[in-house]
Amino acid sequence: MSEAATVFEAEDLARYFDVSRPALQRLLAREPRRILRAVDGISFSIPKGTTLSLVGESGCGKSTVARMAVGLYPPTRGKALFEGMDLEQARATADQRRRMQMIFQDPYASLNPRWRVLDIVAEPIRAFGLVSGAAARRERVAQLLTQVGLSPLDGSKYPHEFSGGQRQRISIARALSSNPDFLVCDEPTSALDVSVQAQILNLMKGLQRDLGLTYLFISHNLAVVRQISDRIGVMYLGRIVELAPAETVFVSPRHPYTRALMDAIPDLEMIGRRRIPVGGEVPSPINPPSGCHFHPRCPLANDRCRREDPILKPARGTPGTVVACHAVEEGRDTGPTAVPPLERVGSSPAASA
Amino acid sequence: MTAAPPLLEVRNLRVEFPSRRGTLVALHDVSFSIAPGEILGVVGESGAGKSMTGAAIIRLLEPPGRIAGGQILLEGRRIDNLSQDEMRRIRGRRIGAIFQDPLTTLNPLYTVGRQLTETMQTHLDLSGSEARARAIGWLEMVGIPAAAQRIDSYPHEFSGGMRQRVVIALALCAEPRLVVADEPTTALDVSIQAQVIALLKRLAREKNTSMMLVTHDMGVIAETADRVAVMYAGRVVEIGPVREVVKHPHHPYSIGLMNSIPPLDHRVERLAQIDGAMPRLNAVPPGCPYNPRCPKVFDRCIVERPDLLDAGSTRAACWLYDPAEPPHV
Repeated sequence: MSEAATVFEAEDLARYFDVSRPALQRLLAREPRRILRAVDGISFSIPKGTTLSLVGESGCGKSTVARMAVGLYPPTRGKALFEGMDLEQARATADQRRRMQMIFQDPYASLNPRWRVLDIVAEPIRAFGLVSGAAARRERVAQLLTQVGLSPLDGSKYPHEFSGGQRQRISIARALSSNPDFLVCDEPTSALDVSVQAQILNLMKGLQRDLGLTYLFISHNLAVVRQISDRIGVMYLGRIVELAPAETVFVSPRHPYTRALMDAIPDLEMIGRRRIPVGGEVPSPINPPSGCHFHPRCPLANDRCRREDPILKPARGTPGTVVACHAVEEGRDTGPTAVPPLERVGSSPAASA
Repeated sequence: MTAAPPLLEVRNLRVEFPSRRGTLVALHDVSFSIAPGEILGVVGESGAGKSMTGAAIIRLLEPPGRIAGGQILLEGRRIDNLSQDEMRRIRGRRIGAIFQDPLTTLNPLYTVGRQLTETMQTHLDLSGSEARARAIGWLEMVGIPAAAQRIDSYPHEFSGGMRQRVVIALALCAEPRLVVADEPTTALDVSIQAQVIALLKRLAREKNTSMMLVTHDMGVIAETADRVAVMYAGRVVEIGPVREVVKHPHHPYSIGLMNSIPPLDHRVERLAQIDGAMPRLNAVPPGCPYNPRCPKVFDRCIVERPDLLDAGSTRAACWLYDPAEPPHV
């Protein structure tokens, strides 16, 4: 896995949105421009055949990264590289474009209600001219529908005839129809019920194994992310605060925000327990706090955290993890082994089940 | 189930939606009770009828839905046959409601203070200044900083988490005996969700308020509820103490549901999944509604519908727990 070629790479990737009021109103009110820094300089790479997940709360910029990764937004700063080639350049030819696809969150909004499933799934095949002839196309669609667990006969139906989980299968079939190598999945299971979510996650894992796909997976659900990722990046207000192999994030989270996030998840092991929730809320990305964006909510914050932006550095004591935290760098935190947040599982009487 | 007389009792509730192609039955024979101060969690997939049960209790069913059978008793008195006018007096005063989306619950044109004082003055005998003082007290209690200043703010001036706190204050300010909370934390981020759950739990305990907590999030239920009802295709298929239902479920559907939750504490190669999907209301199979997906299905399940049976620590609507059945493996 470590020898594999890099499929996707982000280098200091940033995307700002201008959310100022119209020029005249701004002039009259003597207001400055308001710039929303949705993504503010993040870097990561995804080796072939692996999954990198970005997790974080709403407004942290994870979906903006997903959109930049397939070229739906141009970056304001930095570079997105597809197999070492600048994304814009890579997307200039249809043959490269067909190699990256996206799966969206809402399977109700992402399928055209007036098209039959056959036409929805066949559209990329037609657009990229992958198969010639209607009969061959039909056959390819039937094969794709079978691959995602639907019946070839479903091709003649309309999206409204399917449940949420089945629709997400159609979205996946459509994404696979151009034989992509790289799939960007933006919260693909958040709109689904938990039993259906398990079906879709199993399907995605199976497809990755069979077809050697590379995933950029966006989610707010840490339990889902644990099941599907090789590496995880935790985002907070437009920046990656911790990037590590998936298991390491869970066994030995280092950034105070990562720890807080894990502690906040309601969990079956927590029956009837009291917890101490993280205080405060995510601040506005239009006017983020100075220095480390997390400092107003952080129990370890000091003057340096308020002044100086932390950058991602290898975390002492946790090989493979990079973390953007002055406290971790200075050794002011509790260290890598103290209080593993999932200790409570073992100590809970319910765990004897 | 408990010694104390129940605060809310739902008996054989049936909700129908008449349509041109015949009547759809959305809830069948739903029965449960909630003791004073108890939190009952109601879980299930979308379309299982959990929100519909809450809506029937507070009588805010979307037309043409209607209660077609059964009884709903609040403190021993039937409320399912009251007129809308009488019901309006009960809603707010004796039953509070919290919905998923705080923006649609709050009136954007009124300050939160006005909404709180108006609610209290409608239901309680309070002067304007008393109501305002209490409103500030409620905002403090739900954790809104600088409540005395924030009381004159409009809903849009609050963040999502703060708005949901205002909604909670609004549901509780007339001191109802029962709160029906429908997905109260679903629209919130996890760190805010944890704060709101802790708040709901604390207030329910302090005020001895009973709660019906409807959610699809099993983690929220596990942390908050005392007992849990699992719903499937418009029926309660299992009900029991939270620890038992979550850790030792008996109904094959509850077992499948619990197993399909991705574990947070370890990684599995393949998640357990329930194949297929919940039937639509117009295509519920005869016999046990879960029979097409059930791994333990046998002949009787196809033809005869089970009621809730004693399954040891919980009650489950499954023929496996009929003492008259020979043991099935």
